[in-house]
This record gives sequence, C-alpha cells and structure tokens, in this order.
Amino acid sequence: MRADDPAIRWIEEPKLGLSGKMYLPLIFQGLTTTARHLVGPKRTVSFPEQRPNIADPLIYRGVHRLNRDQEGRVKCVACFLCATACPAHCIDIVAAESPWPDREKYPEHFVIDELRCIFCGMCEEACPVDAIELTSLFDLTGRTREEMFFDKEKLLSVFDQTKDAEPPKSAGLPPLQRPEEEHHS
Amino acid sequence: MAKVIVDGKEIEIGDDERLNGIQVARRAGVEIPHYCWHPGLSVVASCRMCLVETGTRNAETGEISMLPKLVPACQTPARDGTVFVTQSEKVQHARAFVEEELLIRHPIDCPICDKAGECYLQDYYFEYGQPSRRADLRPFTSRRRPVGQTVTLFVDRCVMCSRCVRFTREISGTSELMIVNRGNQEEIDVMPGFPLANKLSGNVVDLCPVGALGDADFLYHQRVWFLKRHEGVCTRCATGCSISIEENQNRVYRLKPRENPHVNQWWMCDEGRYGYHHVHDPSRLRGASRRGDDGYEPIDWHDVPEDIERRVERSDSVACVVSPHLTVEEAYLLCKWIRQSKPQASLFLGPVPVMGEDETFPGGFTIRAEKCPNRRGVEEVLRHFTSRVSTFDEALEALDASTFDLVWVTGGYLGDWIDEPTAARFGTASELIVQDMFDSPLWQRASLRLPGAAFAEREGCYVNADRRLQRAAWAVRPPQGAWPEGHVYWRLLEQPGMYRAQVVLDEMAEQIPCFAPAAGGVPPLGVVLDVAQPVQR
Repeated sequence: MRADDPAIRWIEEPKLGLSGKMYLPLIFQGLTTTARHLVGPKRTVSFPEQRPNIADPLIYRGVHRLNRDQEGRVKCVACFLCATACPAHCIDIVAAESPWPDREKYPEHFVIDELRCIFCGMCEEACPVDAIELTSLFDLTGRTREEMFFDKEKLLSVFDQTKDAEPPKSAGLPPLQRPEEEHHS
Repeated sequence: MAKVIVDGKEIEIGDDERLNGIQVARRAGVEIPHYCWHPGLSVVASCRMCLVETGTRNAETGEISMLPKLVPACQTPARDGTVFVTQSEKVQHARAFVEEELLIRHPIDCPICDKAGECYLQDYYFEYGQPSRRADLRPFTSRRRPVGQTVTLFVDRCVMCSRCVRFTREISGTSELMIVNRGNQEEIDVMPGFPLANKLSGNVVDLCPVGALGDADFLYHQRVWFLKRHEGVCTRCATGCSISIEENQNRVYRLKPRENPHVNQWWMCDEGRYGYHHVHDPSRLRGASRRGDDGYEPIDWHDVPEDIERRVERSDSVACVVSPHLTVEEAYLLCKWIRQSKPQASLFLGPVPVMGEDETFPGGFTIRAEKCPNRRGVEEVLRHFTSRVSTFDEALEALDASTFDLVWVTGGYLGDWIDEPTAARFGTASELIVQDMFDSPLWQRASLRLPGAAFAEREGCYVNADRRLQRAAWAVRPPQGAWPEGHVYWRLLEQPGMYRAQVVLDEMAEQIPCFAPAAGGVPPLGVVLDVAQPVQR
C-alpha cells in the first residue's frame, strides 16, 4: 500500500487542551481503573492447579487433531489444501494411494510442527472433508523439538482423547461413492 | 497481407500463414477456450468449447455479414476479411452450456485429483461457467484403470476431447488408445492385451486437459501448485528436448516438455521424462576423497583446487578426458585451465554412448541413438584447443603406451559406462582424477575422487544433434558433498564468487568463432551454431 493510496483516510491527532497538558486528570482516571480492580472479583486462575474455563471449546484454537471416519480410518484424503493454506508452512504431508477400495488417496505421513504453528485455524477452514480440526487443548509441552512434531498417529490419538468432550464439528460428507466398474481388460 | 478482425481489432497475418480462429485471436490478445484443439494434432472440433461468432467483410463495400450460427474457432481458417466475435452474449452462453454439460458427468473430486491447479476444466469453469450448478449431483470418486505401465486412466474425469487418441494415431503412430461406446457412455480405453506401451506414452498425460490421464510416476506425489519450474534441456539423448524441470524443496518431481518448434515441438520421450530418478539416487557419490597410505581419506572441497594444482604441477604429461555430458561452459573451463597449467596437455573426447538406431516417429519426433546431450558442443570446444578432436579410443591407446603421468576423467554417465578391463588400462598413469556421479571401476582406481553433479544441478548450454545450442538452468542443489563440475573449474581458474555459466559463455562467444551466435545470451528456443561436422569414428 502506498502512502498516496486513495483508500487511506488520514486523520489528525486531536489537540491537547489544558487538562490534557497537565496530565493530572488522566492519571486519576488510570488510578481509578486500578482501584476498581483491586476491590472487584478476582479473575486470575492459579494455573496449572486450577484450569481456566474455556467458554466455547468449539471455536477455541488449540492443538490439532485428525478426525476418524465411521470405520475408524483417518478421514484425511491428503489433498494438501491445509498445507497450501498454512501461513506458517508447518504441515508436511506425504500422500499415497489408499489401501481401501472406496478411497483414492490417503496421507501416508501427516506431520504438524506444533512449534511452528501459529494456531490461526486456516487448515480447518481449508479442509474439504473436515478431517483436521483444532481442539481446546492448549497446554502443549514437550522436552525436545522433535517431540513437538505431531505425526499422524499422535494427531489421531488427540482425536480419540477429545472426541467425547468435543464431537466433530460437522458430520462431514459421507464417503465418496465410486460407480460400478465393469472389467473388460 | 491478410487482415482478420477479432473483436473489432484488425490483425495482420502473413500471406503464407495458415492460422485458425484460436491462433489469430491469441495474437489479438484474446484467449478462446478450447479442449480438443491442439496445435500438434488434427482438428476434430468436437468439444464445442471454442464456439465463436464469425463472418466476412466484403472487400469492396466493407460491409460485414455474420453467420447466423456459432462455429468452432479451431476449425475456422483466418482469411482476409474474416471476422471473429469472441465475447458476445451468445458466445458466452454457449460456453456456459458446454461447461455445464461437461460438469454433469464429472466427479468433481478436485481435492484428490492430480490435475487440480493446471486443469482446463477448473480454469474454464471458473472463467466461463455458470455461478452455480443446476444439476443436483454429488461429487463421487472416479473409476480408475491403468491403460499402460506409465499412464492411469480416471474414466469419469474424461471430457472426451480425444487428444490422447489422436496423439497415439498421429504422433506416436501406435494407435493403442480408442474411444469405446457412444453418447454418454463414451470412454477412452485400450484393446485387452494391447496396453498403451509406446516410447512417447507420457505425452498423453500432458495433452489431457483434465485429470483423466494420470502419470503413474507422478500420481499423488505432489500438488502442482507447489512445483517450481526451471527451464532445462533433456540430457538423455542428442535430441536435447526443451524441458521444464519441476521441483519442490530441492526434489525433482517431474519433467515436462517445453514447446520448441525447432527441437521437440510439444513432446518428449518416456526415457527422458522418467529419466530423472538418478538425481535422487541414494547411491550418488558424495564427499571428495584422495588415496592415502591406508585407503581413501576425505578431503575438504575447498582444498580440492590446490590439491589438483599440486598433482598437475608435478606431472610431466597430462591428459584430460572431457565427457559429452558436460555443458559447453564446463568443457571450456576445464580445457582452458588444463592448457594454462600444461600447454602440452592432451585433450580427448569422452566415450559417446550409442544405443541402437535413431528412431523417428510419424509425428516427426526423433529419439537419437547417441545417448549424450553435448557431443557436438564438447567437440567444438576441443577443436578450439587442439587441432583435431581425439576420441576416447585414442586416449586408451596412448595410455597403453604409458604416455601420461596424470589423467583427468570427467564422467556424468548413467549405467555401467566403463568396464573393468577398460578401467585397468588407466593403470599406467600414476595419477588419476575422476569426476563422476556413480561408482565405477574407474572410480575405484582414482587417486583423487570428485563427486559431480546431475543434469538438474548443472547450469550451462548443450549443443544438440541439429547443432542447436540450448540453455539449461539449474533446478536443484547437488547432494551434500558433491560439487558441480563447473564450480570446481571456476575455483581452479580463481574466478570470483559463484560459478556463472553466462559469464563463461560470453567469453566463449568472443574466443571461439562458432559460438559467436550465443553472444549476449541464449534465446529460450536456442540458437543454431555454425558447428563443423562431427569427427568420424
């Protein structure tokens, strides 16, 4: 964006009056806020003894999970759209032909670098089969960087852990149907 | 000069040019969408995507009379006074209907389709289709069957443009593919027991405007929008097809032909197309080493130039075998340096691999028997430094007479290029410097081993069988521990910075008369050099 872009609206800083120049009213205003919080109800949580209350886990953007379909297989079709949408380039997928007759393609490897991830949720938005979702798990720790590369098994295990508390956000599309193949060669 | 009017704009075309509506519109900067038409194939006008309004202008009165119905632009020749209207409401309606009809039977499994991202159906629907789909059809998975070793057919994705069928009939001349059934049951197929198995089979995948024909070699490995293209030259035979090397994160995923009317038109052979796997072969040689008292000891690459200098310095007679796999720049630098250090050094052309006979297909595409990219270029460089080009056999004969103290051999060949008895003849030289990609009997005898680069890692020019000099850019970095040959020579000559092939080529254009056409850069389609006839073997 250039400085002479017509879309930019330039505004002037308001001029300070006498009270503003003295600063005193503003100092009192600030101190009033502090005092109000001193006597008000406590909102601080003693983490980790006490867990914070997540208002809506469905929109919270925590650790990823890879959903399973009805048969317990990974739902992902390895289309790479999450990796394409990812602004942090933290998703690495190796696609392969699926071992199942009703599916064409599946992820042989699916690794998310949770340290690199910025938890923006674009992968979830991009997924055409609702296979990748962000859970409300937020306290993510590990001793090494390697531990924080979450592979397919780990991401599926996150699903197993969280599926009861947070059911998949949408049922997703039913599995794609393949027309009958008549064999003649 | 014939004048054609496209969307009210007058376009002049040459009198001997035979263009159709699509081509002439392209000159006017208008893209007419099309599936079945391809400049290299016959016209069938079956997809109906290129329908336009057309008419003629009366040369005397200047009055334009339009045809009442739409005609396919691919089948309409552009003559003097022909009028094309490509953007009218009528045309746009026709395009939207064609798109709608194609999408009625399309699986729309774009997320798992390898063509997504370079698919004409995707692009054209986005550009010309209706905003929403009227048919109440759900996406489904395409039926799939292999039609040959290299190509997989996704039956339901096909738009029946018949480009692949025409390719096998007109260009490869093998006619494996055909259309079975009629109407909405139409399918591409092969006869049972006669799979698609010709040496150009991979081209049908390039021709397919949608994802119906999948390359078994590339299938599911990478999405096309991740790939970065680098202009290259195929090095598998002396034809030297123009190709683009497509890579992501330093890994080559596929090679595609690049249109070059002087060399390969739109095609390339399967040997070249699938002949890139050696680039990532784990058995590639890595790490420079020299023979010490007890076996080979590793040597830092930055000490290599000095080591070579020392070895050459203490040798009385020096010979250099210049491989036809080197680029002309690399060959020039090597010869230049060795002649600077030892003006009497002998220069030989490396072995030229020849397999079978030249094979020309009905479409005019030729696969050469000479399986190296740059014999003519290297010969021309050698001719600049020596009066005549000496062959590899002459080098062996001279070696038998123990003529040389030091021999420097450049390789870059694929497969077993040198056998044990031949390599043993190099035993008469006390020093043997070898630059190569893979282990060989010669490598086992070397006193200084320098792992070299593969074609996708080299930068420089090749001169093909028709004496056309083409430029190739490097696409991927060589594996750790291997240095491109040019880089070694660049260091030897104490040139500043990184190896830059263009600088060398500019110098060559000044020094060697026949390289003069390459002065000031090589155009994308290459330039024809004035190269003398090859030496007789």
